[in-house]
Amino acid sequence: MSLLNLTIAQAGAALAAKKFSAVELTAAHNAAIAALNPRLNAYITTTPALALAQAQAADARIAAGTAGPLTGIPLAIKDLFCTAGVRTTAASKILEPFVPPYESTVTRQLLEAGTICLGKANLDEFAMGSSNITSGYGPVENPWKRNGSDAKLVPGGSSGGSAAAVAARLALGATGTDTGGSIRQPASFTGLAGIKPTYGRCSRYGIVAFASSLDQAGPMARTVEDCAILLGAMSGFDPHDSTSAERAVPDFGAALGRGVKGLRIGIPAEYRMDGMSGEISALWEKGVAWLREQGAEIVDISLPHTKYGLAVYYIVAPAEASSNLARYDGVRFGARVDGEDLIDMYERTRAAGFGSEVKRRIMIGTYVLSHGYYDAYYLKAQKVRNLILRDFNNAFEKVDAILTPTAPSAAFGLGEKMDDPVTMYLNDVFTVPASLAGVPAMSIPAGLSAEGLPLGLQVIGKHFDEETVFAVSAALERAAGFTAMPSVRAE
Amino acid sequence: MAYSLEGKTGTWEVVCGLEIHAQVISESKLFSGASATYGGAPNAHVSFVDAGFPGMLPVINRECVAQAVRTGLGLKAQINLVSRFDRKNYFYADLPNGYQISQFDHPIVGTGDVEIELQDGTIKHIGITRLHLEQDAGKSMHDQHASKSVIDLNRAGVALMEIVSEPDIRSPEEAGAYLRKIRQILRYLGTCDGNMEEGSMRADVNVSVRKAGEDFRTRCEIKNVNSVRFVMHAVEAEALRQIEVWESGGEVRQETRLYDPARGETRSMRSKEDAHDYRYFPEPDLLPLVLEEEFVAGLKAKLPELPDEKRRRFCDEYAIPFYDAGVLVAEQATADFYERVAKGRDARLAANWISGDFFAAMNRTGRSIENPPVSGAALGELIDLISDKTINGRIAKDVFEEMVETGAMPGAIVEAKGLRQVTDTSAIDAAVAQVLAANPDKVAEYKSGKDKLFGFFVGQVMKAMQGKGNPALVNEAVKAQLG
Amino acid sequence: MSLDSATVRRIAKLARIRVDDAEVGVLQTELNAILGYVDQLNEVNVEGVAPLSGGAQMAMRLREDTVTDGEQAENILANAPDRVGQFFAVPKVVE
Ligand SMILES: [Mg+2]
Ligand SMILES: [Zn+2]
Repeated sequence: MSLLNLTIAQAGAALAAKKFSAVELTAAHNAAIAALNPRLNAYITTTPALALAQAQAADARIAAGTAGPLTGIPLAIKDLFCTAGVRTTAASKILEPFVPPYESTVTRQLLEAGTICLGKANLDEFAMGSSNITSGYGPVENPWKRNGSDAKLVPGGSSGGSAAAVAARLALGATGTDTGGSIRQPASFTGLAGIKPTYGRCSRYGIVAFASSLDQAGPMARTVEDCAILLGAMSGFDPHDSTSAERAVPDFGAALGRGVKGLRIGIPAEYRMDGMSGEISALWEKGVAWLREQGAEIVDISLPHTKYGLAVYYIVAPAEASSNLARYDGVRFGARVDGEDLIDMYERTRAAGFGSEVKRRIMIGTYVLSHGYYDAYYLKAQKVRNLILRDFNNAFEKVDAILTPTAPSAAFGLGEKMDDPVTMYLNDVFTVPASLAGVPAMSIPAGLSAEGLPLGLQVIGKHFDEETVFAVSAALERAAGFTAMPSVRAE
Repeated sequence: MAYSLEGKTGTWEVVCGLEIHAQVISESKLFSGASATYGGAPNAHVSFVDAGFPGMLPVINRECVAQAVRTGLGLKAQINLVSRFDRKNYFYADLPNGYQISQFDHPIVGTGDVEIELQDGTIKHIGITRLHLEQDAGKSMHDQHASKSVIDLNRAGVALMEIVSEPDIRSPEEAGAYLRKIRQILRYLGTCDGNMEEGSMRADVNVSVRKAGEDFRTRCEIKNVNSVRFVMHAVEAEALRQIEVWESGGEVRQETRLYDPARGETRSMRSKEDAHDYRYFPEPDLLPLVLEEEFVAGLKAKLPELPDEKRRRFCDEYAIPFYDAGVLVAEQATADFYERVAKGRDARLAANWISGDFFAAMNRTGRSIENPPVSGAALGELIDLISDKTINGRIAKDVFEEMVETGAMPGAIVEAKGLRQVTDTSAIDAAVAQVLAANPDKVAEYKSGKDKLFGFFVGQVMKAMQGKGNPALVNEAVKAQLG
Repeated sequence: MSLDSATVRRIAKLARIRVDDAEVGVLQTELNAILGYVDQLNEVNVEGVAPLSGGAQMAMRLREDTVTDGEQAENILANAPDRVGQFFAVPKVVE
């Protein structure tokens, strides 16, 4: 039996039944990472010794009968989560030497549940990107290949290292963060399930901030069920995060079997963008058919301001980022480049420490907040953001969930879509609106493109109604029967 | 007479408004659980939140909010039930996040009003524009190392209230009176200790000048002035500087300046010259601050009596002059001490004793109202002894000094030293007769019209009686025997 | 609206990022592409619409005023690129 090609649910059951130990499971993953990570670059930092120590502790818990469903499960942790004593870079050179003396709430909860940290997964620098090519530690290779081609493809981003690690069997699951699609789009590009929960469901404490009003942590895994198990452990109220929701965490797993009978599923007209590929619209149609077959009612809806989502996002997110990233100044932590005086030191430190995409976004964010431009850009964007939220609220008076494609295309090649930033930004066109509205949204692998690459469908739910999202996603997953695996993977 | 300055081209009026930064009294910081206590080893009162570490988030302190509301109520100001926080973005070594969390568009407290009293007794109202909550920065020190500045973040994140006045102040005296009054109110409320030496209160002083009847001219902001005296000096120095600029044909530039107490002048702050663009925007890590009516009502119900009300009540209840009442309410502790002494006694006498001999003894001995030279109970007993005519006022002064020196109770001193007042008229008559007999020439002078000598006879009689004669009875007897 | 090179420099200064002459031109082109894209918001009528700052829809909780943190200067300073004793150190600032 391969210890790598398991779902979390399967591995958990096997660990509980003592079919293998957490140490064996972890050692197998450590070995796989050692073999394949030099090629895929899915991890920035690997922590094999720490992982084994944690595995021993997990085995002790299993032996003592105090284990939970995640005890002994090896995970990749996006390198945006601060991990006590383990270097945390946010894929930026400016944080190259940074070792946090504290643990993020989400990873602390996962550790308490008994999970094992295999290492810190690569990402776009400060989570700014949709391809993982902006990482200061090199791009991540998507383990999937086009039929008959060995060309390197991107895994999507920003949680591209997490996605590649789980897809290539270098972890059973991973944490991601999603600001405008950073869990869902890479999940779609790598044939995984991934959910961005409702804003406020997971604590942001200890997660390196990109855009505070949008950032949400979430799980990425090979099945919807695995995501439900992980999200259960990651969620919950945290008094250290003022935007964390003070509400009980539902039993997400229990929602998986609910089915969709009687549910009303909205199909937003505006997501049928000009020039959408035939493959994507065909897959969408298939999704509609699967849900209808299982008893859901399909309802045409309108989200009229959806098309402005990206424009709003590319004002709001950089604005917040420009402020959030001001702390990287070489004074208290991180890398410093000396200068003649304080300002010179700041300017050199930040010029050397940030990559070009990060600089671009800081510049845009600084500009849209600056004197004389605030009203025209930032304030305007906030108002349109409200209209986007209203669109969703109106739609959810009529439907229980919304079905859309996750991304406008399958994974693209390393080096493609780089002509100008806007082309790259269009990757997030379907995922951004849910981020702006703060509603939960999940991507599930639903099929393969003609070239043999995974394609995802997105299920969007009401605020704090992840259960319906899981129910619909599980129904789609059952219907799709997605079993394909990437050609590059550990065995 | 309104304050004005004479220039070469005529008379100028000074226009001034103050932005007072007052450190909130609280255990912990505004957005973190680190101690807000002054001092401490370098970087000891610092959490990762205060130091702006990656992933750290602010969580607001209920008590700091309550303190801002109390202060707003004390300033007779509008309490905004919905307010919010914004980020003010700028880079500085002691500003860890690269932004200060402050309140820009929607402060917690809106317009209010403060009464000040000037030397000549005039009462004037100064408008409050707003009060908002914000974080303090850390401290950069430039003299600890030859080539480096060093940073201590102990104060970073401590809660400040910024109290902004309307430009209603028209003289250095008014500026000083306003600052003192704000400090007095905050200390009464227990929301700020008002300690300007430790920096828990400091003022940004906005000054402009104008000719009578003009609109406002360009103002300059003098940053971080840290004493009442310096604020008063800074207003005058800056006004004089601006008058000279205008009168020499120049133009006052809007800028940030620094007051140099050693030279008694203000100078431009070059470091702040590159026009700041703070890029304020709503703090996305915090939600709107929504206060319940009951929360505010609860704080209002527990608000202490404030100096203006107390002063008026003292005038009414104790029948003491307005001025005296002002002296007694300057500090809450003094007012409390007074009330303890005055309760059920001759309140005017108590007021006179406290603002007279008691304050003098306090200054002389270097003690304070918290650790007074004589206890309230002892002073009360002394006043009782005066009121029931056991001793007279002159003897009381001696007894008081003895109390200060030995700590003994006045009754005991009076008994031990036999200082009871003599009211036996035959003893007084005898003493008078003796004095008149010893001074026949003075008696003759008096009788020929030198009325002033009456006091001399009274004094001699008191002296003969070791000061213990009842003054009224002595007067009566002298008058009777002189015919 | 579009950015000229002087504005690019001003913004870089405000953001404390050193840019050389070659970068200014590239940034100018890229930033203008982004601004050109977001200009589509001009066609949205937002009259009477309140600005929305975030996805969270609740009132803020208030923390109790107790000291729960601090007294860990070594941890605070552990990542410092430069320090003098228990202080962070930066190039000397002349005020
Ligand atoms: Mg100010
Ligand atoms: Zn201020």
